Amino acid sequence: MRRLLLILPVVLFVILIGVLAVLTLQTKEGRDPSLIPSALLDKPAPEIQLAAVSDDIPGGFAGADLRGRVTMVNVFASWCVPCLAEHPLITRLAEDGVPVYAINHRDSAPEASKWLKVNGNPFTAVGFDPEGRASVEWGVTGVPETYIINAEGIVTFKHAGPITAKVLKDTILPKLREAGE
Amino acid sequence: MIAEIGQFALLLALIIAAAQVVVPMVGAARTDATLMAFGSRMAVAQAALLAAAFAALTYGFVVSDFSVSVVFQNSHSLKPMLYKVSGVWGNHEGSMLMWVLILAIFGAAVAVFGRNLPPTLKARVLSVQAMIGVAFLAFIVFTSNPFMRLDPAPFDGTGLNPLLQDPGLAFHPPLLYLGYVGFSMAFSFAVAALIEGRVDAAWGRWVRPWTLAAWVFLTGGIALGSWWAYYELGWGGWWFWDPVENASFMPWLFGTALLHSSIVVEKRDSLKSWTILLAILTFSMSLLGTFLVRSGVLTSVHAFASDPARGIFILIILLVTVGGALSLFAWRAPTIRGGGLFAPVSREGALVLNNLLLTLACATVLLGTLYPLILEAASGGASRVSVGPPYFNATFAPIMVPLVAAIAIGPLLAWKRGNLKAATVKLRIAGVAAGGAIVITFIAVPGGPILAPFAMGLAAWLAAGAMVEWGSRIKLFSAPVAESWRRLTGLPRAASGMTVAHLGLAIMIAGITGASAWRTELITTLAIGESAQAQNYSLTLQAVENGRGPNYNFERGTFLLTDRDGDTLLMYPERRFFPVAGQTTTEAAIKTTLLADLYAVIGESRSAQDAGQKWTVRFFINPMVPWLWLGAFVMVGGGLLSLSDRRHRVGAPRRKQRPVPGVSGAPAPAE
Amino acid sequence: MRHFLAIFAIVAAISAAGLVTGSPALAVEPDEVLADPVLEARARELSKVLRCVVCQNQSIDDSNADIARDMRLIVRERLVAGDTDDQTVAYMVARYGDYVLLRPPFQPNTMALWVGPPFMAMIIATLALLFFRMYQRERVASGSPEPLTPTDRAQLDALVDKLAAEPRRPRRQSGLRAELEQPFGSTGSGGNGSDNPAT
Repeated sequence: MRRLLLILPVVLFVILIGVLAVLTLQTKEGRDPSLIPSALLDKPAPEIQLAAVSDDIPGGFAGADLRGRVTMVNVFASWCVPCLAEHPLITRLAEDGVPVYAINHRDSAPEASKWLKVNGNPFTAVGFDPEGRASVEWGVTGVPETYIINAEGIVTFKHAGPITAKVLKDTILPKLREAGE
Repeated sequence: MIAEIGQFALLLALIIAAAQVVVPMVGAARTDATLMAFGSRMAVAQAALLAAAFAALTYGFVVSDFSVSVVFQNSHSLKPMLYKVSGVWGNHEGSMLMWVLILAIFGAAVAVFGRNLPPTLKARVLSVQAMIGVAFLAFIVFTSNPFMRLDPAPFDGTGLNPLLQDPGLAFHPPLLYLGYVGFSMAFSFAVAALIEGRVDAAWGRWVRPWTLAAWVFLTGGIALGSWWAYYELGWGGWWFWDPVENASFMPWLFGTALLHSSIVVEKRDSLKSWTILLAILTFSMSLLGTFLVRSGVLTSVHAFASDPARGIFILIILLVTVGGALSLFAWRAPTIRGGGLFAPVSREGALVLNNLLLTLACATVLLGTLYPLILEAASGGASRVSVGPPYFNATFAPIMVPLVAAIAIGPLLAWKRGNLKAATVKLRIAGVAAGGAIVITFIAVPGGPILAPFAMGLAAWLAAGAMVEWGSRIKLFSAPVAESWRRLTGLPRAASGMTVAHLGLAIMIAGITGASAWRTELITTLAIGESAQAQNYSLTLQAVENGRGPNYNFERGTFLLTDRDGDTLLMYPERRFFPVAGQTTTEAAIKTTLLADLYAVIGESRSAQDAGQKWTVRFFINPMVPWLWLGAFVMVGGGLLSLSDRRHRVGAPRRKQRPVPGVSGAPAPAE
Repeated sequence: MRHFLAIFAIVAAISAAGLVTGSPALAVEPDEVLADPVLEARARELSKVLRCVVCQNQSIDDSNADIARDMRLIVRERLVAGDTDDQTVAYMVARYGDYVLLRPPFQPNTMALWVGPPFMAMIIATLALLFFRMYQRERVASGSPEPLTPTDRAQLDALVDKLAAEPRRPRRQSGLRAELEQPFGSTGSGGNGSDNPAT
């Protein structure tokens, strides 16, 4: 009994170190402690109605528009540098036939409109969210963020941060395929 | 060139530390006096080399040698000298160098001042201390070299976070490290005693001053950091239960427990296994803190540029040192024979209660701090929760209340077997004081949180209890004045230190209560000439002017504060913009009075059309907050007073007429 | 001036009661504040338990991040729309998950967190109890004398006092010895005949 009591601290300590080691190794492989899993996963996409950015940008969409096929929702802003970095990959996805909807986060209409004209507009529709309210409905924590929604309108995946070629290949494409099954 | 000298000194220190692990340990095993004496010399040499390395790095910062990578990343030629110097430890690499320097200085202090230690114990302590040194020196050399060069050298540095350019924060890390690392002494003594197989009252007497010194530094360091957050962050918050704050608080809680249990070891030769375990646990909390801050496993406002590879290294150090020490403990503890027996109601019993509650408090903080990590690991990243101030307040306070209540009683109980009834009778005055404080607070501050008056009552109970104990020691009022005076002058400083530290805690509790219960705030926008009301006070924005500081531009508001009697006061809060860092800081204007802080902050208005016309003004009345810092200051003072006690001064020749009777197991004679 | 400060301090401490809001706020901007003080106070309390999702351990009440402001505004909107506090919190949890709660909910995956401290307290109390039972046994085993009855105690104290009153002590005690025994003596004499309402 006394022996057991004396060994207890060692055991507890080793378990603690084990837990911390697992997390540290995960952090080494890209775990970001500031990222949180989306609360919307496996839940219906928010039924929020968004207006268009301007007359010349196809836009405005609602939750209902996201049903019937696999879609993506991308949160972007003209002031967001990583958004520009991932834009070519988003464009490629759209060209390959994935309907990509966009939430234009905390932006001004002229800036956003200009940005889309300069960098190209791959989006099926762009919803204007100058106050960041739609972003809160979607549980957005930063820009850019990308969601995958299946044909039933259920959110199946969220990626926080820019989509890189690696992310596209390793996670986005498999998750799109998964959502289509 | 200087940086290379530093690099060389660092490597040499690593080699010497490695030798210091082996030589004195072998010397102790063979009771070879020459080998053991080598240990002392190595400890001094190691400290000297690390001091040289630290000086070399400091030189790099002082002359702004941007070819040194760390200097480039953390300094700037325009920075005031004080912050160039404090930049040395304001980054990961430099702070680790300071960490090992302090470790080596403590080791050297044992070598130099530990003349009255049994030679084998001293040799083993130095060896264990060097083990920690080797681990962290290797960590620095292999993962965080502060002397890395840049080629070509950049023209100027990338600056230092302006929030950190503050005198309070310049001295916060060194104090904190002195505390953290100071607990390594208790750890080394514990491990050495386990190897030696001897723990006696003398051991307790040697460990106590080191623990006390570390505790004083840590208390000061935490208080300084808290004070800095209070005046610098611009909203008067002073404790956030942030993981990194908790990381400094956990060694403090265990260290406080250790401080008290080592008294029992010293005076009564009892609680020995437990004290050894506490010594190991206290330092393990210091190491855990080092890991949490530098590994990047969690997010915190305080974290250094984090690197998981370093985290793994620190985890290995933790596993080997603490895991090894705990295993050694499990193996050797059964051989430690318990000493003096005592009744549940006794001084020892009270100190045990103190230890149990502090341990529970520390375990609770540890659970809350690590729970999000444990849950994340257990759920494979799917479950994430936050554990914030509401959790800690809800769990910590119920543990502290009985502890504080007991602090007043414990010192009044006799060793071995106390008389609770007699103590209670003596504490009648404290009971009256507590009741009085509750009633006065209820009348003076009606409508506040219902528990606040009781917390004030608790503070009064503790303060009066500490005074009663002090009074009974000197027989105040129960003996002639001359007799009391004679007793007062004869009172050991350790005893007075305890009274002072307990008083400090009482003052701090009053401060915490006031600061969290009765805050008043005013948030508004004002144009020049406009006024706003906060309670019975009128705050008028008189002027806003712009100017330049050494490495920043500022916008300074002039506020006229008028109370209802028409008395006035001017306050000058500032907003500073640091162009190099591109950051803005707030400099609150704080007027400290006996019972409250008046705290004013100026900010820019959110709406664009107000720019240059209107400013956001925040004005807080923070009751009792000055008591918080005063309490911490008094606690540190109590610790220092106790430390100055003759019997604590390690190496002080013991006076002939003061032998140490009643101590079983005298130190091993020198061979 | 000094007079002013002293008065101010006292009045500040006394008058602070009216507007009890408690926590700091760099973040809350004047334009967010609701006209209704009751609703505003509720909003502030809720803001303190909701975590800013992009910040490092800050509540939305403490943070000046954009998203924290959005969340504060939504909290106020929900309250104005007539939601209860719980509904408002649930609204946030639906969007950001349990992570947004600074006070973790009591549910299966946080059970250990909430049960932990009382559980540890019980273990510690049990161990302490066992220890003292052991003490009792050892005391009997080692043949230590039974504790003195109050009557014995009074007699002994009287004897000690008498001895102490004698001009010359048989053996001069060392300073340390005196210090070691002093609290014992002082407690003991506190309970001696004169002021002890001995049974």
